[in-house]
Amino acid sequence: MSTVATAPRTRTADPARIVRRVEQLMGMPVSLALRGRHARTRAAEAAWAEVVTDLRWVDRVFSLWRADSAASRLRRRELTLAEAPAEMTEVIEIAEQAERDSAGAFSAFLPTTDGSLAFDPTGVVKGWGVERAARFLRELDDTDFCLSAGGDMVCSVARADSPPWQIGIEDPHDPTRLVARVPVTEGAVATSGAAHRGSHVVDARTGVPPTGVGSVTVIGPSLTWADIDATTAYALGAGAADWLRTRSGSGLVVWADGRCEVVEPSQSAGTSSGA
Amino acid sequence: MTPGTRLVTWLLSTITVVVLLFGYHTSTAGALLSATSVVEAPQAGADTGTAGSDNGSSGGGSGSGSGSAGSGGASTASGTVTGPTVQTRWGPIQVEISVDGGAITDVGVPVYPADNPRDVEINSYALPILVQETLDQQSADIDMISGATVTSVGYVQSLQAALDEAGL
Repeated sequence: MSTVATAPRTRTADPARIVRRVEQLMGMPVSLALRGRHARTRAAEAAWAEVVTDLRWVDRVFSLWRADSAASRLRRRELTLAEAPAEMTEVIEIAEQAERDSAGAFSAFLPTTDGSLAFDPTGVVKGWGVERAARFLRELDDTDFCLSAGGDMVCSVARADSPPWQIGIEDPHDPTRLVARVPVTEGAVATSGAAHRGSHVVDARTGVPPTGVGSVTVIGPSLTWADIDATTAYALGAGAADWLRTRSGSGLVVWADGRCEVVEPSQSAGTSSGA
Repeated sequence: MTPGTRLVTWLLSTITVVVLLFGYHTSTAGALLSATSVVEAPQAGADTGTAGSDNGSSGGGSGSGSGSAGSGGASTASGTVTGPTVQTRWGPIQVEISVDGGAITDVGVPVYPADNPRDVEINSYALPILVQETLDQQSADIDMISGATVTSVGYVQSLQAALDEAGL
């Protein structure tokens, strides 16, 4: 690992050193990279503290690993939606939109072992929560940031002379390798796959984990939707690239056999033909 | 940062798209054969950034049919090339590049949307560049790693942990 600390940043035009923070939140490492005016200031420390506080709040409200969270109580029908924080409604509305967009493959109501459906906002909350928490970092003027929660991130570049953030996309078959890199100045990158904790994504219609696909990465303007779209495409297995092509972000599908397929933004939502 | 400067930043970061438009008839035609590139054997080594850009740019270039501007796009060309004005969802964009010995020496944007409230969305155009790199090869210039959800246990083995270690 020591090579990392000493390696020159050969392709990065910005001479400013990147300042990093990492904290365990929502059961995963949350990493922040900052560069620019406020990278080392108290304002940045305060913003990072706000991000951490905000994500802890998200965890307290939405985690199903906490029996006393609003989501857990809602799931057990001990709480009504009206009694839950307003953000619960926001998350559910996003999940309903995602369900419509995916013909039901994505859902906040997942099959349980007894065959019934149970409320599970987990697929929305991570991307939504991190995108939301990034608002504190946007207040740092003249400062670039990249905020990542377990491999899903929001990137922002505030200065005209800043290079884009260089995001490496991990090989789902070998976490010590990359399959791609993507330069991002403003936007989000999310990857869904089974590399680190086994299969936890299922098609909501069948409850069956996908086959044929190793991981799906989506690059788009919103982490909420990049995360949802990556999860949905991954859950669709062999249909991942075809479905992703109907969406507005770009992406990368790594198939189970190791092939990499780059997916461009859908033409219907994208550019028209040349003038 | 104003929308205008952000737009130019984006144009600079995705300039290989334009180069490929111009070079459509030359050596890079293979990268534009289809809307989606499937690459079974990504190139390793020092040129990965460049090789990958070819793959990634197929998306941005397709559909615009701009290959007719190709006279200035050969890899050894020199001079200034002005691309066609392309209508995008954000408005018209035109890019001018100066090429010397096949390398881009200057980039101008003579036409760009004056009012661009959706500048953030433009970045969704950034396409993954296929590479094949190990930890040592990539460590110099990768800022953050995107991968399947990392748990605390898996994290200690992850590339992201290495990056965090380097920056803390």
